[in-house]
Amino acid sequence: MRDVAVIGIGVTKFGELWDKSFRNLIAEAGAKAILDSGISGSEIDALYVGSMSAGRFVGQEHVGALVADSSGFTHTHIPSTRVEAACASGGLALRQGYMSIASGMHDIVIVGGVEKMTDVVESEATNILAMGLDQEWESFFGVTFPGVYAMIATKHMHDYGTTREQLAQVAVKNHANGALNPNAQFRKAIPIESVLKASMVASPLGMLDCSPLSDGAAAVVICAADLAKKYTEKPVKIIGSGQASDMFPVHGRENICTFEATVHAAKKAYKQANIEPKDVDLAEVHDCFTIAEILAIEDLGFVNKGEGGKAIENKITTLDGRIPINTSGGLKAKGHPIGATGIAQVAEIVMQLRGQADKRQVKDAKIGLTHNVGASGATCVVHILEGM
Amino acid sequence: MENIGIVSYGAYIPRFRIKSSDIAKAWGKDPQAIAGGLGIIEKSVPALDQDVATISVEAARAALARCIINPQDIGAIYVGSESHPYAVKPTGTIVGEAIGATPNLMVADFEFACKAGTAAIQTCMSLVISNMIKYGLAIGSDTSQAAPGDALEYAASAGGAAFIIGKEKVIANINDTCSFTTDTPDFWRREGRKYPAHGGRFTGSPAYFRHITECSKILMERIGSKPADYNYVVFHQPNGKFPTRVAGMLGFTPEQVKQGLLCPVIGNTYSGASMVGLASVLDVAKPGDRIFVTSYGSGAGSDSFDITVTEQINELHKNNSPLVSQLVADKEYVDYATYAKYRDLLYWE
Amino acid sequence: MTEAAVPRFWREIPQRYNLIGNQCEVCNRVYFPPRDACPYCRRKSIGKMKDMKFSGKGKVVTFTIIHEAPENFEGQAPYPMAIIQLDEGPKLTAQIVDCKTEDVKIGMRVKSTFRKIQEDGYIGAIYYGYKFKKCD
Repeated sequence: MRDVAVIGIGVTKFGELWDKSFRNLIAEAGAKAILDSGISGSEIDALYVGSMSAGRFVGQEHVGALVADSSGFTHTHIPSTRVEAACASGGLALRQGYMSIASGMHDIVIVGGVEKMTDVVESEATNILAMGLDQEWESFFGVTFPGVYAMIATKHMHDYGTTREQLAQVAVKNHANGALNPNAQFRKAIPIESVLKASMVASPLGMLDCSPLSDGAAAVVICAADLAKKYTEKPVKIIGSGQASDMFPVHGRENICTFEATVHAAKKAYKQANIEPKDVDLAEVHDCFTIAEILAIEDLGFVNKGEGGKAIENKITTLDGRIPINTSGGLKAKGHPIGATGIAQVAEIVMQLRGQADKRQVKDAKIGLTHNVGASGATCVVHILEGM
Repeated sequence: MENIGIVSYGAYIPRFRIKSSDIAKAWGKDPQAIAGGLGIIEKSVPALDQDVATISVEAARAALARCIINPQDIGAIYVGSESHPYAVKPTGTIVGEAIGATPNLMVADFEFACKAGTAAIQTCMSLVISNMIKYGLAIGSDTSQAAPGDALEYAASAGGAAFIIGKEKVIANINDTCSFTTDTPDFWRREGRKYPAHGGRFTGSPAYFRHITECSKILMERIGSKPADYNYVVFHQPNGKFPTRVAGMLGFTPEQVKQGLLCPVIGNTYSGASMVGLASVLDVAKPGDRIFVTSYGSGAGSDSFDITVTEQINELHKNNSPLVSQLVADKEYVDYATYAKYRDLLYWE
Repeated sequence: MTEAAVPRFWREIPQRYNLIGNQCEVCNRVYFPPRDACPYCRRKSIGKMKDMKFSGKGKVVTFTIIHEAPENFEGQAPYPMAIIQLDEGPKLTAQIVDCKTEDVKIGMRVKSTFRKIQEDGYIGAIYYGYKFKKCD
């Protein structure tokens, strides 16, 4: 198996981008990534793209081919594949691209993620998001996507003493980070009172405990590691890649407060990278809701199970903490165009490892981790990256 | 008539209540005058997730919980209602699946205003007597509609009762039954319309009172009984006053009416009314008690029943399901705005 | 919400009306909803999954009060949704009814009841199924 490196990244602004279509967004991200990588489009062997539900959001299926054409690869006739795993579509697309190079099938691949969520009204977007849950046995009976995470939060608070203030602190931290990210959807710090007083969505989660609906796209160019230095002075190697699945509905799981998919995906990635959680310098984790970040830092092994709340409170995960989490602002403040998120996480880590994260730069960042989860945790993709 | 009657029974009344005084206030009427005039203090209100199917299933399951019969031995289910969830697609099949009686089952839904449930009892009786089925399930249940601001709004409520009819282990013999039927348009609801219309005072003497008194007299004459022979009498109850008045007209006393009169505290459950009244009587009846029941359905007709409670009633596991008094007591009040939301008076997309 | 196609709903009536799950005849583990294969016995359990009716009694494992309701549930908000563990073992997700939102507690004993779950608008079919209410 060959090593794979990231040689180019591109991210659009995330937000309510009325003027940009699904096709505009992915073409923009792809172009940025190619320019950043210094390669020519004709050198790209394959395209992988992650998008949760172009079918419901913009009425479009067969999106792999559409993205290749819209991005200008028309006359290269490259193989183009769309993958889907709800909110982990981006991370999954990267893994598919990574495996295609590691296996020797391709040398240079472009991987993107895109979602256009604002062409439908918010209530319809909420319905579409709920499609990541168990349609027959969860959503049918009246639980929403926030509702499922809210039930996890209720249990976490009951079993481990996590407080609403600790949950709110996650949002405060991520908004503070987002304020430093020019591409973030929300670029203003918010006080904890705003989070605690926000209107209830599903107890205990209020409006500001939830990531927003967003438009956006991101792309990375990856290649066989031994080719990387040909194109860029600052390639970033993917040293670990792990993917796992779990019991589909949340209610089916032994311990509702643990995402086994995260635990298993992370284990595989750590093993491949030959590192332990304590060796990770920073991570982009999947904070679709504040409680999700607390679960993530526990399941990834950064803190013990049940101590995620305390970790936030003790400021272990701030920009200057022991292990900065979501320096980009996370899904919460950066935005969460579903398919784009997994790739945008990688772009942030690459920027950090290259030393290009500007006001968000973490000192001496050498090893970074991305954690991308599908809906309520039945899929997880973890990647570990290291500056070459 | 040979030994045939009620093998088990169950009732269900939704928990929400609205006071007639709160309805009156919403429409600028005098709360005391309304409550006093109609004899209704409060009525039951179905929740947004309740309808005739859910109420019928609850009542049927309550009846099955009290006895030991195999639901597969139920050969027919007839649900009588004015507010079936579908105009076309029977409530009876939903009940049949929910109690495990399908697929060897006869089903059809009944409509005869407030007496659809007792008509179902008569039909089940005929199928049992003729040995076409072992047990029949007759249900009367409604989530009746009333136009906002109309006089009927104070009474139109929700509830139902289910009776398993058979020949074995009968807890109450139905000794005889008869009906009195004419084409009298006192109250009706046109196809596709949401609310019923009525003839005002015409619904009294030529309708309710005529049919109940004629039917009752015919049955008592046929079997040679008189009002004093009975421990309890149950009449259809569109408000809290009519049952006592018609009782007096026939020679029954208010004491005989009392146990089966629920309207003052739950309103008029339409197809469920006489049935829930009878269930309330069976909750307290002793072996040997005689019960007289006359229902009334607009359009118009009455069904009368002469019933004798047997020793078998002591074998019934009554406490496996809530008694009518417990259903009445288990309540939560809503205001008019919530009531309007639940009763779909506020149309929204 | 989902436009649950009528055949899809009809197929699940035994589960939604009567909590019919199944049991693996190889290891005796029980499942609700029913599974095509036991995830422990896998291949060995094919054709050996036997129908089983659950009692409907259980307890609340966790819950939330839904304020922002999905399509078809708006009129009921706020309402409690819970993960309930049936006495026989499996867990499911369902609404709690006949209970004030502030009275819902982890560990509360509940029993299944038959209610309307959704309607496909004013013209479409009505879908019935299980909800749970407090019991002793």
